[in-house]
Amino acid sequence: MKNSARKTLLDPLLENNPIALQVLGICSALAVTTKMETSVVMCGAVIFVLTFSNLFVSLLRNNIPNSIRIIVQLTIIASLVIIADQFLKAYFFNISKQLSVFVGLIITNCIIMGRAEAFAMQNGPTTSLLDGLGNGFGYSFILIITGFLRELLGSGKLFGHTILPLVTEGGWYTPNGLMVTSAGAFFIIGFFIWVLRAFKKEQIEEEG
Amino acid sequence: MFEQYLSLAIKAIFVENMALAFFLGMCSFLAVSKKVNTAIGLGLAVIFVLTVTVPINNLLYNYALKDGSLSWLHPSLATYDLSFLGFLCYIGTIAAMVQIVEMALDRFVPSLYAALGVFLPLIAVNCAILGASLFMVERDYDLGESIVFGIGSGIGWFLAIVALASIRERMHYSNVPAGLRGLGMTFILTGLMAIGFMAFAGIQL
Repeated sequence: MKNSARKTLLDPLLENNPIALQVLGICSALAVTTKMETSVVMCGAVIFVLTFSNLFVSLLRNNIPNSIRIIVQLTIIASLVIIADQFLKAYFFNISKQLSVFVGLIITNCIIMGRAEAFAMQNGPTTSLLDGLGNGFGYSFILIITGFLRELLGSGKLFGHTILPLVTEGGWYTPNGLMVTSAGAFFIIGFFIWVLRAFKKEQIEEEG
Repeated sequence: MFEQYLSLAIKAIFVENMALAFFLGMCSFLAVSKKVNTAIGLGLAVIFVLTVTVPINNLLYNYALKDGSLSWLHPSLATYDLSFLGFLCYIGTIAAMVQIVEMALDRFVPSLYAALGVFLPLIAVNCAILGASLFMVERDYDLGESIVFGIGSGIGWFLAIVALASIRERMHYSNVPAGLRGLGMTFILTGLMAIGFMAFAGIQL
């Protein structure tokens, strides 16, 4: 029992990563990662929503009629996202402005719907909670790596503090403009998948 | 007037392409782009759903949710601000519209219905659809602008997914390193396409 709970929690980190293998939740992963700060806040919001939506969907799973389950799940998720959004607006107004529509887009983040549909509808509340946490961390893992590389290479900073002094400010580092643009994010995640699959051969896709 | 709409449409299709500049609708963008035919079907469904939902959500926002917008119902309601309910209402509209499209396709174009499979209900959770509605609210478009914006961003997404699908069909003839096969290569392709689309950013409108 303990072993399987641990597996539920840790598997999504590398073995079954939501972004790299399940192809879920990519939109926000790319859009908010230009800076570490926004990435971290986004991860917090997603972990919160994912964990609790999994918990509530799992608690209600025997009472949700199959034909309207999507709408019920969406309502649960949307309510949680409203809480997260109002919280960010109240306490982190600047970051919430930078994230703009992407907090609202957590509703349509496929990770959350996908886990609710694939896991929480079939499993008890405790394992669903762990699954939510695990997938949330798997998602955050990639988001933070991407955010780290993009902010460091794109503007020489981390959390807004200068790490690599820029040429324009008398330092030596010429920022890589590509990293700040959308294309940079695609390349980073593409190469990340490559590295991951170089170590985990079983994840390699067949020539289709 | 007309010029303003035209520049908005061009902006929505090319300069601020939903898929390549804002990463919206990426999940189905990457998953359904293996064949050109299904990509065209999904693209058309997205254009349709966007064209319908953005104006509806615009009306909803302006006449029910915005600060003081209920005053047309009764003057005493002018103090209500329901905009925090926005997310719930928009997603409700979208889910209902997707359901209608699904039933219509099942009835009239069963082959396309079968080809789209699980991705049709997933349009409801396609970020491009909700994203367009949220951008519409954030940028305060009026009804006419939101119709143009809905169609324009739909067409932009359609073009992007069809282009990617055609490239991926050609990729069969190339020898891709094992670890990059499938998803990894698709990311890199999309990145290259995003660079291509950045050329449009220089257009002055």
